[in-house]
Amino acid sequence: MKRRKFEMAAVPGNAARGVDDRFQVATPLRRLLNKVFPDHWSFLLGEIALFSFIILLLTGVFLTFFFEPAMTEVIYNGSYAPLRGTPMSAAYASSLDITFDIRGGLIMRQMHHWSALLFMAAIVVHMLRVFFTGAFRKPREANWIIGSLLFWVGFLAGFTGYSLPDDGLSGTGLRIASGIMLSIPVIGSWLTSSIFDGEFPGTIIISRFYIAHVLLIPGLLLALIGAHLGLVFKQKHTQWPGPGRTNDNVVGERMFPRYALKQGGFFMVVFGVIALMAGLFQINPIWLFGPYEAWVVSAASQPDWYVMFLDGSTRLMPAWEIYIPIGDGYVIPPLFWPTVVLPGVLVGMSVLYPFIEARRLKDHRSHNLLQRPRDVPARSGLGAMAVTFYLVLALSGANDVIADKFNISLNAMTWGGRIGLLLLPPLAYYVTYRLCLGLQQHDREVLAHGVETGIIRRLPDGRFVEVHQPLHREEGELEYVGWVVPKKMNRLGALGPAIRGFFYPIEKPAEAPVSPASPPVDSDTERSEITSGERR
Amino acid sequence: MTSDNDRRRGLLARLRGRPVARSRGRRRLGAAVRLLAALMLAGGAYTAFAPSVQAQDTQMSSAATDGKALFNESCVSCHGRNAQGVEGRGPSLVGVGSASVEFQVGTGRMPMVRQEAQAPRKPPVFNDDEIRQLGQYIQELGGGPEVPAGEDLHKGGNLAAGGELFRINCSQCHAFGGGGGALSSGKYAPTLKPATDRQIYAAMLSGPQNMPVFGDNQITPEQKADIIAYIQETLNHNQDPGGFNLGRYGPSTEGLAIFLVGIVALVFTTLWIAGKS
Repeated sequence: MKRRKFEMAAVPGNAARGVDDRFQVATPLRRLLNKVFPDHWSFLLGEIALFSFIILLLTGVFLTFFFEPAMTEVIYNGSYAPLRGTPMSAAYASSLDITFDIRGGLIMRQMHHWSALLFMAAIVVHMLRVFFTGAFRKPREANWIIGSLLFWVGFLAGFTGYSLPDDGLSGTGLRIASGIMLSIPVIGSWLTSSIFDGEFPGTIIISRFYIAHVLLIPGLLLALIGAHLGLVFKQKHTQWPGPGRTNDNVVGERMFPRYALKQGGFFMVVFGVIALMAGLFQINPIWLFGPYEAWVVSAASQPDWYVMFLDGSTRLMPAWEIYIPIGDGYVIPPLFWPTVVLPGVLVGMSVLYPFIEARRLKDHRSHNLLQRPRDVPARSGLGAMAVTFYLVLALSGANDVIADKFNISLNAMTWGGRIGLLLLPPLAYYVTYRLCLGLQQHDREVLAHGVETGIIRRLPDGRFVEVHQPLHREEGELEYVGWVVPKKMNRLGALGPAIRGFFYPIEKPAEAPVSPASPPVDSDTERSEITSGERR
Repeated sequence: MTSDNDRRRGLLARLRGRPVARSRGRRRLGAAVRLLAALMLAGGAYTAFAPSVQAQDTQMSSAATDGKALFNESCVSCHGRNAQGVEGRGPSLVGVGSASVEFQVGTGRMPMVRQEAQAPRKPPVFNDDEIRQLGQYIQELGGGPEVPAGEDLHKGGNLAAGGELFRINCSQCHAFGGGGGALSSGKYAPTLKPATDRQIYAAMLSGPQNMPVFGDNQITPEQKADIIAYIQETLNHNQDPGGFNLGRYGPSTEGLAIFLVGIVALVFTTLWIAGKS
């Protein structure tokens, strides 16, 4: 029998042809793999959320192998001595087992928790990018809404996960959640007793939250993420304005191979950062909180950071009870306003914002080019206002810890939060608005007079003037178009290049001439490079 | 069984039996002797049970005398003469016991630097001997709770029971990790990190500053040993299995860490990746 010659180089081509013969995927895949991604750093923020979601799924699956979602009372007999012999729920006991008795369990739990925090943080940072650059405008309103929903579904995922270990902290959180649900007029008590199957805490809430946390909510998140990405592919990316970039094209790298390779690397970096944090920083030491008992509430019992603004709004809310004299009398507790009405208003405002802005500006065109925050001062101001509002609430959510560690009276913190909540957002709006105008002004100045050269010339009459390098040869001002304007001579190519490289210089910076008599002659090669001024 | 007639005559008469007719002189002599005996009894009882100021000084131990001298030097301006307290400045120390002195002076809280919401812990002004003398003085002045002898007060304490008691009684203010927490109007529950066994015991007994008293009827001495064992061996001594504990301030510092470490590191990564294209 004669051995056939095996050609290694032909294998991928043959395999691909074989796949295409059977499934006819070449045409759709070509479209997919040729998708162009713009290469500005701010387009990579959403990916952090996507990658941490993948890590959440991976670590979460590991945890389900060992977690027992039951509230049956057991006596702990594991290896953590200070709790041995303590009666607790099976859920808490199995969480302790994951922590202390299952190999790699603690780091998996910590990775799961850190990536949950990172998931929500990356969503918020990504959302800020989309908001401040106007990427939510037509035709992308639907994707903005899906993004906002992703935050709130992620919020639910986080809260149900926080409740599962059934330690003192999660039980306290659940008690607060039941209080919030009870505060809803008319349906509150029905809602609470149907979720908890009777009075708090009941015996079934952990099992219910478990199935929500591992099946329903992740399923919803996956569906929303799929729709979110699908829309990004369908509607294509937005991009910064710049040379060669119009409302009808996307300039950047194709998905395959370079972008995909880079993203593979980025995924590994996100994985690495989460693993490092999980290995270095302890998160949620459930063994210190002990099993949940209704009469045990530790100081510094706070929710995770993305829920903390609701805790803060509750702490700042004055004790205003509304008494309605119908029948035996009906009371709307003060808790209802900061924890049910406020999030409702926030969801509504964030979902409706693209439409409100389009209506206000009477702007119903499609926009694929981004706007710099300075070019839309009103929107940037509103964004700064929202961020300030959120920050004041979130800091108030931790006001007892801040008061204690910075030696401030807790009462002063509460009042500071109340006053700050009303005063700081308008102030942030004003400051941001002025900053945007100032930055615009600076750009216009460069367009009108050119770049500052640093050369001071003395005129015959004794005056000193700085020589400006105009951006163009013709007479007259350049039009302001909302693009990056070069501010330094080396951006124009008039000087040698700035030092390039991120962590260390890629090339040796040009040496300063020793004396005017012997100027350097070899640094001209880089000067011919003319850039748009934007560093890429 | 005595008759009705006997009952009307009173106890002494009944004990004596039938009344005996005595001479007038003997009756008078008997009355004088009884009066003298009664006076002597009353005087003796008074000397024994109600000591005068003169008597107190002579009965104080030498340690208490030294303590009184220290007290008159450093404490009298707020706590007043004979530790009776000064309105608006310092409370009476009569009856607070040496446990209170040992805690307040031993942790440097007393003497106070200034009047504020709560005296902070600082390096003690007095040495151990002086603290003992001050404690002895206050103890002999009005009694009160005392810390049992010995430095190691948690020997044989049950960690699990101590943990349960700690979570129920202490964690509301001192927090799950013993790091302390805020109370209203600038008051606070301090961290338990630097506290010794004796100081924790003294604090539970005397209820310093804003802390409630956990007397031996509420928490027995054995339970106190359990709690001290949990604090010293689990919270203060134990390593954190999950890495750096971020101060054990709960989820607030965790939220800070994800932004300061996680998001910052990854935003730099995005800058790096985009800078390479």
